[in-house]
Amino acid sequence: MMSARKTYHQEIDELRGDLLRMGKLVEKSIAESVQSLANKDTVLAEKVIAEDDEVDQLELDIEQRCLKLFALQQPMAGDLRVIGTALKIITDLERMADHATDIARITVRLEGQPLIKPLIDIPRMAEIAQAMIHIALAAYVKGDAEMAARMCRQDDEVDHLYSQIFRELLVIMMEDPRKITQATYLLFVAQYLERIADHATNLGEWIIYMVTGERKDLNA
Amino acid sequence: MDERKKKFETIDLVLYYGNFQALKRISLPIIEKSITALIGPSGCGKSTFLRTLNRMNDLIEGVRITGDVLLDGKSIYAPKVDVVALRKQVGMVFQRPNPFPMSVFDNIAYGPRIHGINNRKELNEIVEKSIRAAALWDEVKDLLMKPALSLSGGQQQRLCIARVLAVEPDVILMDEPCSALDPISTAKIEDLMLELKNNYTIITVTHNMQQAARVSEQTAFFLSGELIEYGRTDLIFTNPADKRTEDYITGRFG
Repeated sequence: MMSARKTYHQEIDELRGDLLRMGKLVEKSIAESVQSLANKDTVLAEKVIAEDDEVDQLELDIEQRCLKLFALQQPMAGDLRVIGTALKIITDLERMADHATDIARITVRLEGQPLIKPLIDIPRMAEIAQAMIHIALAAYVKGDAEMAARMCRQDDEVDHLYSQIFRELLVIMMEDPRKITQATYLLFVAQYLERIADHATNLGEWIIYMVTGERKDLNA
Repeated sequence: MDERKKKFETIDLVLYYGNFQALKRISLPIIEKSITALIGPSGCGKSTFLRTLNRMNDLIEGVRITGDVLLDGKSIYAPKVDVVALRKQVGMVFQRPNPFPMSVFDNIAYGPRIHGINNRKELNEIVEKSIRAAALWDEVKDLLMKPALSLSGGQQQRLCIARVLAVEPDVILMDEPCSALDPISTAKIEDLMLELKNNYTIITVTHNMQQAARVSEQTAFFLSGELIEYGRTDLIFTNPADKRTEDYITGRFG
């Protein structure tokens, strides 16, 4: 059995490579945005904001690559699902990067103010969200639907932490109205991380589709 | 399980050309009034299979067939079967258009005349009806007495389809009907197939996977004389069950 269509298969491999690159950039943005907040590092925050352009550009490039492959190569079966999945997940990845940027902007906004409380749960949420992306990328490369499904379940932990933060910040706001502004921004940060984790479960669902051909809703 | 009626059913169909086994126990249903595509690499047995459905293989020396082919539940190999009537009921269109060297009209009227229809008025009606059904009337209505070979390739192929339709078949077998045609003629024939399937059962062999995907509702994948996979076209092309099917349709071999 000779392998035909070498250029086409090479292009699909390159597509996978680009997706991995995009995923790694997003992972980094999330880590650095929360790090910038915890350390009150405005310089790092500005860097995260500036680097969002790279993610946006990658989304456009990958999208173009996918559409070109559809038009010129008429992919079928597994190849079709790989390319279709790529087209969908770049949207989730780009949104995740946007949320990371939003967190970095809050760091900038809070410049000059000390944190009203040490950040514990927020970095924890970020760690889990990052881990979810990391596992999603591994599942994507290996074509492992089981791995993707397990990763989706971690979203529960993120939701749980979010509720905790919400309650905690509410108490802080009630106890001291001068802390309301910053507490509200911290609440936004927690929300962005919760959204990031939701997007990660979308990645998982699409990877499952890519591997099995079945669409499952794991974020119910 | 497909609940729709089967027009054909083959049961453990085996075919030898001399010592060479071309078909290895093929058990395949063909759904009525639907288009089924047969795909597979060169030499896989798909055209051989197609030809068993109207016993065209009988015309080849050294052919041995075991197993059965049921049409409307009855074996086409039963001893008393009228093969001529079978080939009227199950018509065939070939890869290269093959109009007879006579006028457009006489091409279409040939079949009906052989079956005993000589009344001019009746023949006129049959000819017009068949040519209309083949989506060719507007193009040839003023050329009925012209030689059929003066038509374009695409028109000739539609003429061949009209010729098949003139003897009122139930089934139309098509062996790569568009491979000798340009893209526009191909599109016209595909549109025609999609219209015809409302009234006829169509089985088409094709090398063009996009065509199989565009027109058929069921697809059967053959490889080295075996039926590897059969199922709904949309599922076969998005999520085939067998790796060999996947490899073929993604172009990893073939």
